[in-house]
Amino acid sequence: MLVESMTRQDVELALHRKGSGGVQDFAALISPVASQEYLEQMAILSNRLTEQRFGKAIRLFAPLYLSNECNNVCDYCGFSLGNKIPRKTLNPAEIIKEAGALKKKGFEHILLVTGESAQVVDLAYLKEALATLNPYFPNLSIEVQPLHQEEYEILIANGLQSVFVYQETYDRTSYASHHLKGKKRNFDWRLETADRLGRAKIKKIGLGCLYGLTKDWRTDAYFAAHHLSYLEKRYWQTSYSMSFPRLRPCEGETAPAVALNDRDLVQLLCAFRIFSHELELSISTRESSDLREHLLPLGVTTLSAGSKTNPGGYAVEAESLEQFEISDDRSPQEIFKLLQSKGYDPVWKDWDHSYNLADPKTPALSPVENHA
Amino acid sequence: MNHKNIMVDQSDSLELGDKTFHSRLFIGTGKFSSGEALGEVVQASGTQMVTVAMKRANPSGGHDSILSYLKDQDIQILPNTSGVRNAKEAVFVAKMAREALQTNWLKLEIHPDPKYLMPDAGETLLATKELVKEGFTVLPYCHADPVLCKQLEEAGAAAVMPLGSPIGSNKGLESREFLKIIIEQAAVPVVIDAGIGKPSQAAEAFELGADAVLINTAMAVSHDPVRMAKAFRLAVDAGRTGFIAGLGVTSNHAVPSSPLTGFLN
Repeated sequence: MLVESMTRQDVELALHRKGSGGVQDFAALISPVASQEYLEQMAILSNRLTEQRFGKAIRLFAPLYLSNECNNVCDYCGFSLGNKIPRKTLNPAEIIKEAGALKKKGFEHILLVTGESAQVVDLAYLKEALATLNPYFPNLSIEVQPLHQEEYEILIANGLQSVFVYQETYDRTSYASHHLKGKKRNFDWRLETADRLGRAKIKKIGLGCLYGLTKDWRTDAYFAAHHLSYLEKRYWQTSYSMSFPRLRPCEGETAPAVALNDRDLVQLLCAFRIFSHELELSISTRESSDLREHLLPLGVTTLSAGSKTNPGGYAVEAESLEQFEISDDRSPQEIFKLLQSKGYDPVWKDWDHSYNLADPKTPALSPVENHA
Repeated sequence: MNHKNIMVDQSDSLELGDKTFHSRLFIGTGKFSSGEALGEVVQASGTQMVTVAMKRANPSGGHDSILSYLKDQDIQILPNTSGVRNAKEAVFVAKMAREALQTNWLKLEIHPDPKYLMPDAGETLLATKELVKEGFTVLPYCHADPVLCKQLEEAGAAAVMPLGSPIGSNKGLESREFLKIIIEQAAVPVVIDAGIGKPSQAAEAFELGADAVLINTAMAVSHDPVRMAKAFRLAVDAGRTGFIAGLGVTSNHAVPSSPLTGFLN
């Protein structure tokens, strides 16, 4: 395996080149020898590069679960079709209630999350949800089933800023063994989602693997870096985000194929930062409060806080089942104060409504018009 | 530490738009740890112009520690359009900024490329024309492109803000040769906007004849931003004062007494 064969010299060169060496250097930074002997050096470099690009700012967002309906059978997910759990899809009034609770806590950036049930959560539903929330939140993202380019274009016109679509694993055999039924079985349809998003001119695409699904996690990360590099060249006006969810206990789970330990997570974070200095890196509330604090200086730019992963969890009802268990259950205000005490600037708002007002359908300013 | 005891030459003022500035050091706000930290830097730097990204500003939200600090100071707030990808978006954001922050001043930034934040020359020129018509005092961020700078000037820009090197890179005046031409040709103030990473590079900008510099990363990311702000203040004064005093011509050779024309004596 390429990653396994990397030597000390490869790692030293990659550190020296600080990211300009491309995916070959990423392979060195994600290698076992880098973990054993160079992790502290990687962390120092990652910290420096992150501060230079992002300064002291850490952006805060909250997930808003709209629905836990799902037509897929995936052996690691609480929302999986076979699971006998109470299903819930928020109606417009409930969406407003949940959003109101988040707004009160200070959130301006919201990530709308659903399972993958195109019958219940279809284009019309998503469009209405975005249109409802758009006046109140300058930045709206979604994490839902992959859609067609034309569908993304409609959602973008209704205020959509970013789409998170994790490949889960880039290993086709492993992918097939975990995604047992439903449209998610189609590896290529999912893989090409980022291209459809790029062509739709989305502002940000979130990539990631679900670490724990596939034994050879280093190679999975290496392919994620390749994917990122490919997208950056083709869709150069889009920005990118990388996430590192680790498989955690949930109802109906199978045991992870590999337990990604904290040291591995640190290596992933630092390797991606050195690889791409402007990449948004977020650490989920799946991780413990203690670990999240330690990871902060290593490259993190974005945090969720006070998350509920069940539809209606903030204000409507608490009974429906969550997608995964939260480890960091501190309130947004606690996270806010913690960030300040550590010398960070917690940023609720990093986008403005005025940026969304220029209708993409109207023509660009033209020189002719200006000479008139 | 008293930062006010650094001498400023009050007679050497910068006329920009309809205002007079006694400090030639402008500051960006994107990377500081808090409004309070920025406040100390503003004090130490002596700046009179601070740029604020509209996407970050939250004038009505009550969470904006940086804006709430600046409002109480005698400082020109310069809203910027960081994050827009074309002229059309820039014009919308500019109008919202004018309404929200009650100022006609605008730093126009159009970078469709989120990786290196390279400015889009064509769209910047279009937006400058449009915004000048709308009554804005436009300071466009642009490449160190002498022709573009003259075009921006003709379009009515109040100043031009060419880059020294990529934003946040701390690489200094890599575009030096083109900056020299821009400065030589300009009829509006030239503000070197991006890439200045250390005080000596700011001094160099003034030695080349720049009218002002804009600094963010070099201060915000320093271990001691307040001390760094003071260092920049000193460097700006040193570079500018040296420029006014008249710099000597450099030469690689000693200059002997007329070996070629001595016979004429």
